[in-house]
Amino acid sequence: MRIDKIENGIVIDHIKSGQAMELYKMLGLEKLDCQVAIIKNAESGKMGRKDIIKIDQMIDLNLDIIGYVDPEITVNIIRNGEREKVAHIELPDEVVDIIKCKNPRCITTTEQELPHVFKLTDKENRVYRCLYCESKAK
Amino acid sequence: MKHLIDIMELTVEEIDEMIAVAKDIIADPDKYAEKCKRKKLATLFFEPSTRTRLSFEAAMYELGGNVIGFSEAQSSSAAKGESVADTIRTVGAYADIIAMRHPKEGAPLVASRKTIVPIINAGDGGHNHPTQTLTDLLTISREKGRFNDLTIGLCGDLKFGRTVHSLISAMSRYENVKFVLISPDELKIPEYLKEEVLIKNNIEFVETADLEEAMPQLDVLYMTRVQRERFFNEQDYLRLKDSYILTPDKLVNAKEDLSILHPLPRVNEISTAVDDDPRAVYFEQVLNGKYIRMALILKLLEVK
Repeated sequence: MRIDKIENGIVIDHIKSGQAMELYKMLGLEKLDCQVAIIKNAESGKMGRKDIIKIDQMIDLNLDIIGYVDPEITVNIIRNGEREKVAHIELPDEVVDIIKCKNPRCITTTEQELPHVFKLTDKENRVYRCLYCESKAK
Repeated sequence: MKHLIDIMELTVEEIDEMIAVAKDIIADPDKYAEKCKRKKLATLFFEPSTRTRLSFEAAMYELGGNVIGFSEAQSSSAAKGESVADTIRTVGAYADIIAMRHPKEGAPLVASRKTIVPIINAGDGGHNHPTQTLTDLLTISREKGRFNDLTIGLCGDLKFGRTVHSLISAMSRYENVKFVLISPDELKIPEYLKEEVLIKNNIEFVETADLEEAMPQLDVLYMTRVQRERFFNEQDYLRLKDSYILTPDKLVNAKEDLSILHPLPRVNEISTAVDDDPRAVYFEQVLNGKYIRMALILKLLEVK
C-alpha cells in the first residue's frame, strides 16, 4: 500500500501497533481540515508492526500527550519534502486535562472547572497519579 | 509549611518539633492559654465527625482562641451547590486558620490553592487524615520514648484503613522499624504501599493472618476494625471476625511494655475487658490528639 509523501507537515512514527486511533483522538486531529493519514500495522524493522500518522499541514502538537501515551514515539517535522527535524519526546512530569480521573470519590468529579492534573510518580514504570486523590491513571 | 494536607509533607524534624511543643503544652498548659487570643479557627466539616472536630475546637479554645464553623454539609452553602473553592474563599475572609473534613478526596488540596489562610486536612474521604497520624506519632513517642528500633503490629483492615497507610508511610522514615501486618487475605495492605514504601525503602515487614502468633514480638499494636461491608460474602466475615478482636487472653504472650493503639471509634474489635490493661493507651491517644492539634495550630499560625 502506498501513501504519498507529504511536502510540509508532521509524521508521527513508531506508534505501537493499534494505538494510532487513540492518539488521533487524544490529539484532536479530527478537528483538522487538512489530509490526515492513519497507517495501521505498517512493517517496522525495530517494532515488527507499528502505526503511523501523517498530517499534511504544520500544526502545534501537544507533545505532552504523545509523551504520556508513549515516549518512544517519534515526531518528524517535514518541510519541502525533507525531514527537517525529529522532535525529542519525553515523559512529561505533569499532564493537565489530558486524562480524566476515574475515581468517583475524587474532588474532580464535583468541583466545577477544576483541571484534571496527573503527576508522574514512578518514571520507571510510567505511573501517573491524580494530583488530588493520588489514584493511578488507567 | 503553610498548610497540612498530607503527613508526608512534614519533615521528620518538623514532626519532632511539633511533638516537643505538644509535650511542653502537656507539662505547662497555662503557658499556652492565651497564645491564640483573638484568633479564629474555622472547622468546616462537610462530613460528620465527633472526635476530630471536637479535638480541634478544644485545642483552639485551650489556646485562648475562638471557633466558628459547621458540622455537616447540610448546614452550609455546599447544600446549595457552592464549590469548595468559593466556600474557602469566603471562610478565609473570616477565619485565621481552617480545619476541613470533606468526603471527596483531594478537597483540602483544592482549598489550599484558593486561600492564603492555612488549611488543615481533617480527613478527605478514604484518602488522608494527617492529624490522626500526628496523634499516633505523639502517642508512640510518649509511650515508647523513641521512633527507632520498634516492631509495630498493624491489625485488622489494612486495605482500606487510611490511618494505617499514613502511619506506615510516616514510620518508614525511622531507623530499624519493623512492621508485622496482621490481616485476613481480603484486607492486606495495597500493593502500591508495599512496593512504593516498604520495598523501595528496604523496610522489614511480614504479613500474617495470625494475631496471637505475632503478639510476643510487638512493641506497638495498632488495631483497626474489620468491617462487615468489606467482605464479599457473609461466611468469610463470620469466619474471620473474631480472629481480629482483641481480648485479654490474646494478650497473654504480649510484651509487658506493649502499647495498644486504636484510632477509634471502636465497635467491637477491642473487648472492653482490655480497657483497664495498662498497655491499652487508646484513650490517652484521644487526649494526645488535642495536644498535637494545639501544636499544629501554633505552628501554622507561626505563634511562638
